[in-house]
Formats: sequence, C-alpha cells, structure tokens
Amino acid sequence: MSFLDYAPAPESRSVLALREEYGLFIDGAWVPGRGEPFQTISPADESVIARVASGNEADVADAVAAARRAYERVWSKMSGRDRGKYLFRIARLIQERSRELAVAESLDNGKPIKESRDVDVPLVASWFFSYAGWADKLDYAGLGASPKALGVAGQIIPWNFPLLMLAWKIAPALAAGNTVVLKPAETTPLTALLFADIVRQAELPPGVVNIVTGAGETGAALVEHPDVDKIAFTGSTEVGRRIARTVAGTHKRLTLELGGKAANIVFDDAPIDQAVEGIVNGIFFNQGHVCCAGSRLLVQESIHDEVVERLKARLATLRLGDPLDKNTDIGAINSREQLERIRELSDVGVAEGAERWSAPCELPEAGFWFAPTVFTGVETSHRIAREEVFGPVLSVMSFRTSKEAVAKANNTPYGLSAGIWSEKGSRILAVADALRAGVVWANTFNRFDPTSPFGGYRESGFGREGGRHGLAAYLTPAGASTGRAASARRTASTSRRKGSAK
Amino acid sequence: MAAADLAEVRARALAVLGGEPDDATLRRYLHGIPGVDAVGLEQRAASLATRSIKTSSKAWALDRIVSLIDLTTLEGADTPGKVRSLVAKAVSPDPSDPSTPRVAAVCVYGDLVGVARDALGAAHGDPDDGLVAVAAVATAFPSGRASLAVKLADTADAVAAGADEIDMVIDRGAFLAGRYGEVFEQIAAVRAACERADGTRASLKVILETGELHSYDNVRRASWLAILAGGDFIKTSTGKVSPAATLPVTLSMLEVVRDWHRLTGQRIGVKPAGGIRTSKDAIRYLVTVAETAGEEWLTPHLFRFGASSLANDVLLQRQKLRTGHYSGADYVTID
Repeated sequence: MSFLDYAPAPESRSVLALREEYGLFIDGAWVPGRGEPFQTISPADESVIARVASGNEADVADAVAAARRAYERVWSKMSGRDRGKYLFRIARLIQERSRELAVAESLDNGKPIKESRDVDVPLVASWFFSYAGWADKLDYAGLGASPKALGVAGQIIPWNFPLLMLAWKIAPALAAGNTVVLKPAETTPLTALLFADIVRQAELPPGVVNIVTGAGETGAALVEHPDVDKIAFTGSTEVGRRIARTVAGTHKRLTLELGGKAANIVFDDAPIDQAVEGIVNGIFFNQGHVCCAGSRLLVQESIHDEVVERLKARLATLRLGDPLDKNTDIGAINSREQLERIRELSDVGVAEGAERWSAPCELPEAGFWFAPTVFTGVETSHRIAREEVFGPVLSVMSFRTSKEAVAKANNTPYGLSAGIWSEKGSRILAVADALRAGVVWANTFNRFDPTSPFGGYRESGFGREGGRHGLAAYLTPAGASTGRAASARRTASTSRRKGSAK
Repeated sequence: MAAADLAEVRARALAVLGGEPDDATLRRYLHGIPGVDAVGLEQRAASLATRSIKTSSKAWALDRIVSLIDLTTLEGADTPGKVRSLVAKAVSPDPSDPSTPRVAAVCVYGDLVGVARDALGAAHGDPDDGLVAVAAVATAFPSGRASLAVKLADTADAVAAGADEIDMVIDRGAFLAGRYGEVFEQIAAVRAACERADGTRASLKVILETGELHSYDNVRRASWLAILAGGDFIKTSTGKVSPAATLPVTLSMLEVVRDWHRLTGQRIGVKPAGGIRTSKDAIRYLVTVAETAGEEWLTPHLFRFGASSLANDVLLQRQKLRTGHYSGADYVTID
C-alpha cells in the first residue's frame, strides 16, 4: 500500500444528537414555523440530515416582537458586566461542545472537519470571548462615554461559514446591548439551531437571541420589518443591493459584507514555498467558498512558470473527499446550485481561451464535488478574472512591475481583501497602501482574528466586523438623535402590543 | 578516483553557481535563493502534524520507522561493551518478534567502528538490503572546532576502520561569518577523505547543527551549501545542542532536497537527529517527507532518524498493534 493513502479517519457522528425536526427559536422556546418546512442535506452524499421549519412574515414579526420585549425589559437595562457574563458563558459552552459543533458544521456545509475543528469553531469561541470582554467597556469603543445600543438587530448570514458568521453577528450585537433575530442560510441552518440550544443552556433571557430559519422570503420579511433597527447582512452582492434598496430611507442602520475577487500578488522575492501554501490557503480553503478568497493570482512574470509548476505539484497532494475524514483537505461544494455556477463559470473560462488544469483527484459519485482548478493565461477582461466564482477555481495572471500589479489588483468592482508576498518590507507597505481593499494580508492569507476589523470597499459592501470597529456598528453615541422614524416606530410597536392585548 | 569524484562535484557546483565556489559567488547564490517565511513554514509544519494515521497505515509506518533509524550512542563514556549491546539491538530490535525489521545503521564514535563491524558480522551491509550499516561521527564532532588536517585525519581513521557512513559537522563559525567558500572546501575535502583504498566511498552526512544557525534562511542556505559541496545527506543536529531536530527545520531541508532534485535530478537524503522520541512524532516526520519530497524518499538511503530513545517507543507501539494492549518499558531492551 501507499503510505499516503493513509487509512480513513472519519470523525464519529455519534457526538451529535440530532433531532429529526427543528422549529424556530423564538422568545427562548421552540415553535413550529408557519411556512413550508424544508430539508437540510449533507452536500457530501445528499443524505437528509433534518427537517427544518420555515418562518413566514408572521413568524418573523413574532421573533422581532420577542426581541423588542427582551431589549426593553431586560437586555438594555442590564449592566455591561452582566451581559459580559452571559457572553463568557456562551463562549465556554461553545468550547465544551466544540467537537459536536465541528461535526455538525462539516455535515451540513461539506467543509472538511479539520477546518471546522481547527479554524471555524475555535474562532467562534474566541469571537464570543473577545466581545464578552468588551461588554462592560463600551465607553472605550471610540464613540464617547456611554454609547447606546441600537435596539433590535436583524441579521442574515451565508452558508459558507455558518457558525462563524453567526458569531461575527451575534457576539458584538449582544455585547453592545442589542437583541437579535438571526436568519441562517437555508442550506446550512444546523449549527445555528444547535446554537439556540447553547443559548438556552446559558440561560440567556428569552428573546435576546431568536433564530428564524427559512429561505430568501424569510430574510426579506426580516429586512422589511418596521421594528428592526439594524440590518447586518453577509452574502452575495446581488442580495446586498436589494437589501440596501429596501432599507434606504428608513431609520435602519445597515452593514453589508458582500462578494470579493481578491488579488493575491506574488513578487519575485517572495518566500516561494510559503507563497505556494498561501495561494492554496487563499483559494482552496473551504472549497473557495470564501468572500475574501484570493481568487486572482498575480505573479511577477519572472517567476510565473515556476510558481505555477510548484502550485500544481502541491495541489496534486490535496485530498478531496469525505468532509468528516480528518485527513480531508477539500470537502464538498455546498449545494447543487453552487456547483452548477462553478461549472458554468469554468466552462466560460475555457471558452474565453484560458488554459484549464484540475488537480487529479477522484470525485465521489454522490454529492456535489469540484476538483481544485487553476486557470492560466487569464486576461483581465475574462469573466473568470472579474466575476466571483465562489468555488475552488484560481485565475492566474502575471505582471512586470508593482505599478502594474496594483493597477490589475484594483481593477475590480470589489474591494474586500488582497494579499502581498514579498520579503521586502518597504514594498509590502507601499503596495498595501495603494490597494483598495478592506483587508490586506502580507505573507499570509485568510487569517481572521476577533480583534481585527474586517470589511470591504465598493461592491464588497460597507461597515466593519471584528474589533472595536465591529462594536461601533451596533452602537450610537450617547445623546445622538434616534430620529423621527425611530419614534414613529416606537408608537407603532406600542399600538401593536395594545392591539394584541385586546 | 578520489580526484575524479571531487572534480565532478566541483564541476556540478560550477554549473549551478555559474562560477567558482568562492565566498562571493556562494554568497550571491545562497542569498538569491527565495527566503523562508518563518510563520508560514511553522504553520505548514503544524498542519502536516495533524494528519490522522489509522491502524493499517500506522503498522506500515512503525515498521518503516525502525528501518530508518540510526541507532546511536555518542557518549564520552561509551565502551566496546555498550557498542556490542547496541549492535545486538540493531540486528534484533525486538527479540519477542522476529518480524521486526532491522535498523538502518548504528552510529558511533570513530574509535568504536571496528568494534561495531566485528559485532555485526554477517548482519553488516547495505540497509536497503535489510542489513545494518556502520556510521561514524567525525571531523571533531560535535563542535567541529579543529584544524582541517585534524578533521580529515579523523575522517580517514573512521573510514579505514570500516565505517560505511561518515557524519561530519560543518564549521558553524565560518558559516555564520559568511565564509561560505571555506565551509564548501571543508565539506569537499571531507568527502574526498571518505574514499576507501578500493576506490569506493563512504556516504557523507553533513550535520548543519541547525540549533546554532538561528534562522530558517540560514538552514536553507547551509543545506544548499552542503549539497553543492557534495554531501549525500543533510542532517539537522549532533544531538548535543538544543534545539535539535524540529519539524519546521526538517520541512525546510526537505524543500531543499526536493528543489535540488528538480534542478539536477539527483536525490539527496535528509536526517533529522535528536529530540524525536515518540512514534507519534516520528510518524509526523514520515508524513512531512511523503508530502514534501515524496514517498520515494522513505528509504534508508534517503531518509534516517538519528535517535536512540525513539526505537523503544516504536517497539512498544508495534507490540501494542500485535497484542492489542500496551506492555511496559521492561518489555523492550535497553541499549
């Protein structure tokens, strides 16, 4: 046998006590949804994991009402110190249940267990720990003394990092004193539902966190609801535009984390082996389902061929397969729909004249799979160099001077992230300065930290998550006017409550 | 023969360097090699260390580890008796299980080579054929602080006594001072001293003592230098300096031999030495070798473990796989 075949090392699913059916988590209790329930499946083999409720407009209204009550009666009155205690408790519970959460995430999303176990879940815990520490220190968030919470936050998260995006949304919102209604993506609701259990275990006051599962209409109902003070959305630019249109002219605050088409720039003096690792991590991490993925590789012409050759050799060692196997590097594509889109754009790449190379891996028969793919000979006008593929597809281009590299890197409607590989510190600083991207990594890629702000320019959205900046997105300076719309909304919600009492 | 061999090494270096192997040419070349990003290297090593190895792969790995070990005793207090005991263990690592492979070599000080050869008897030979080789440390091991004449005499003595492999140390002082030409010439001279009377040559392992080189860039440069000067193996450490072998250091050396193979088609061996004590640790090295240089490197003429306490842990693990339960330290032999 070949040593490199290793033996299968699947993580056990027995740590996961799944129910067959999940309802909505509103006001601290499970309630049935009034929409048509749907199934969540494992993208690795298309098997059904559980039946999940779908929230309609009335369910969303219940959730928002519960969040409003919890905000006004409990959460906004509680001291920051006490809020911090709850958040610390949640963080510890996440650590205690990390194995279960990692298995659930890999099962539902298709990402390799080594990523959910070693990256996602530890980051989720650290996000809660980090913001737990902020809860009693809001005076130091940069908004003056005693900043105020916004109220009820409606949060919509994507399917690529289901639990991590939940943490990015919920942790700062709660630390700042807001209550939340969160809608997870319809293909990956599982870990949010497990998180609802953690919320109960932490004995958080009912209504502080509400989870409403469902598809696009559920999200739209949340965005349109008049009693929501803040919308935080992570997802596609297309949906982000719709949300921005809906929210425009209302009192609602909005932050958007949208798509990206990041440039990963490799200069000829780069630490080459680590750069190759960084390219792999930049685009093949999480099957390329990363909004800040380094999907455009810009290599200095003098080392272009060498880098491509080394990259292909490295990609040939990647293991694709069962996401629950601890030795798997590349898991499944999250959904059939996404797989179709990746296939379509790859075909476009070939039609446009780029040269396609795919890693020689055997694809499982069931489930949604796409081999890591590299396009060389890509021109800046090609669609694969401009559109977000959101899959394991890398477009390689070359450049001669750093001026050209910057021009090519910035030539995109997006501006979320970028990477620079060079041994020369002055060059890194100069190029980073010239790049229009929210995050610029130097000699690394796809690294996240709860203390570091993350967010984009232009079509990649606005607002920042993480760090002090992420807190500011859920706060308003003391004495700031809440606006006419807000007072109108208060009246509306009061009359609604009276109405329901009749 | 010796002269021809040396001329060949020099010609190859000349072709790769584009000039004579003097300080200036070597500096230009070694400093022109892409650098190593320490954070990235360590992250890659850490991720390789998370590979999960289950039963069937583990059984294969444990046997392979035994066959890659240089069973070593390098104490001032070594006696002929101790060496004979070491040899007995090398030939039959686990007396309770005759299927246990032999180790690759025994590694001793030069003055004990004769004792080791005699003790090995018919078991002496090429580790690729399942026999046990004799390796000797030479060149004023472990400090390397002696004149070239002394180092060469030390080497010639060990070769004359019958050593199959010579583990030499580089002059770290000269290397750190940037006198690359001097280090090159010393390695080349020691290689020449490895020639035997019959025209064959003992294999040369060049110890970089990475714990004294302080940066991965230096490790990479020293690795290139040792290969350019004709080393058959590059070895991390003497075992006398801490830190000895680490996974990131070994990874960076494996990247060098992989690149040298891409450049010249020639395969150079790697030997991490010192500090590898458990099977789990050793398996991580096997994974790193297989995923960096390739599985073909996992043979005694391309990869070795310099370790003395590792063997016993591997034997205990083998017994566990065979019997289903752990025994204790008394179920394997001390050296």
